[in-house]
Amino acid sequence: MANAPLSRLLGVQGPVGPALLTIGLVVASATTLFAFTAGWLTPTRLTPTRVVDALGRRGGDPIGHRRNHSKGVCFTGYFEATGAGSAISTAPMFVAGRYPVVGRFAIGVGDPAASDAATPVRSMAVRITAPDGQEWRSGMNNSPVFVVSTPEAFYALTLASDLDPKTGKPDAGAMGAFIAGHPESAAFFSWAKSAPWTGSFADKTYNSLNAFRFIDRQGVSRAVRWAMEAVTPAASISLDTLKARGPGALANDLQHRLAAGALRWRLNAILAAPGDPTANSTLAWPASRSKVALGTLVVQSAQAEANGPCRDYNFDPLILPTGIAPSDDPLLAARSASYAVSFDRRTAEAARYPRTTAPESSR
Amino acid sequence: MSSTGKRFSAAQRIVHWFMAVMIVAMLFIGIGMVSTLKPQYWTLVSIHKPLGAAIFLLVILRLGLRLWKGAPPLPLDLPRWQAAAARASHLMLYGLMFAMPLVGWSMLSAGGYPVVLWGPMRLPPIAPHNDQLHAVLRSAHTWLALLLFATILMHVAAALFHALARKDDVFESMT
Repeated sequence: MANAPLSRLLGVQGPVGPALLTIGLVVASATTLFAFTAGWLTPTRLTPTRVVDALGRRGGDPIGHRRNHSKGVCFTGYFEATGAGSAISTAPMFVAGRYPVVGRFAIGVGDPAASDAATPVRSMAVRITAPDGQEWRSGMNNSPVFVVSTPEAFYALTLASDLDPKTGKPDAGAMGAFIAGHPESAAFFSWAKSAPWTGSFADKTYNSLNAFRFIDRQGVSRAVRWAMEAVTPAASISLDTLKARGPGALANDLQHRLAAGALRWRLNAILAAPGDPTANSTLAWPASRSKVALGTLVVQSAQAEANGPCRDYNFDPLILPTGIAPSDDPLLAARSASYAVSFDRRTAEAARYPRTTAPESSR
Repeated sequence: MSSTGKRFSAAQRIVHWFMAVMIVAMLFIGIGMVSTLKPQYWTLVSIHKPLGAAIFLLVILRLGLRLWKGAPPLPLDLPRWQAAAARASHLMLYGLMFAMPLVGWSMLSAGGYPVVLWGPMRLPPIAPHNDQLHAVLRSAHTWLALLLFATILMHVAAALFHALARKDDVFESMT
């Protein structure tokens, strides 16, 4: 009776060993399955945490800030829908009318103190609210295509951009190796090299890049991309001119323009033709694709991010109203998952990015 | 009101097993969705919110049933420390079953997220939109989930202990 003391302790008559063994196996199996689901047993699994870790190693101090497109400025305004969108989507903000917008302009780097000349990538994010409380959030870039088509390639690109903690610089060979190994990225890099610089957020067109699906009243689903097309004429300047305008160049330009009046963009849905790629945002669709004029974004005022209304919104591309759904583009889930981790981190680090006045009450 | 027989009422047993499946699924969905960026991320997130709301409704019903119907008494010969552990773990389970959906709902509210259930159906915010509040609730949601998983493991271990080692009526009271 080797089990006798244990049996007495547990208040059981007779041997308790076999029962405890079974219980132990059940608990151990459940725990192992849970740990596997959590990714604790597979450290090589690409997780949103690892992507966000890598994004934070590209220089500057992103603590308290978004881990990508970290330097930005808030704006408010409204979206004036034409009503034409209602033919292809039941989204409530496509019904003719005005819908409030909170948005953000940013540059595509991980350093909140970067120069505005650090990258040609500029972005616009919007949160459009319908009267029934439904929201449409979208983050768009000014490049015609995205740089990669998969989360794995995005991670590889981010690693190639990370600063070596010893030298404080990215590994010189890493980016070359990335470019050589990712021919799909060539279209983006060729745009990044040749696109004319301008001194403004206002004269850029911002593209959804990822495809989505619009669903109409009959339940018909169409693949679309969308573009916020600048109404403001583009004014090219040299990179040196932009650099000379200092670190606040784009935010100052925005305030200056808004002091003279609202800024406008035309939001167009671009309809895919059969066979157009929806799962690869490095591939542009032909310019001849038909468009539906959804409406006009009117930007009325801009606010510094530290106290601005966009600060505490996550412009998660999968916060969608009815009538808009994700496509099969694998980047969408990856963006949503990674934005959530970035948001969780910066809200936990809020003390490191202090507000300079009392927070505005939202909602 | 106290329970009459050795078993929980039929309604309590049905709700218990429905919730058992839902809660275990919920814990796996939750820990799985935050650790993947594959397309199933979106599917899992879309299930997580309405499932959490359903669990919240069921736990209200369940507490009502428990207060109305009571529970069968524990065996008289159960060592006192085991009886105390049983009461404490049941309190903990009820507490966490209420806390998890409420913390999740308020965490999304504090994060400025719409709490989308199905189509245009959404829940109103129950907490102010505030970054620091979001951070506290977000972290609490994870830690409480791990605590709930651990408590469920202990609950399962105890139930099997009654069935396999003590061979008393406790396991049968819920089957």
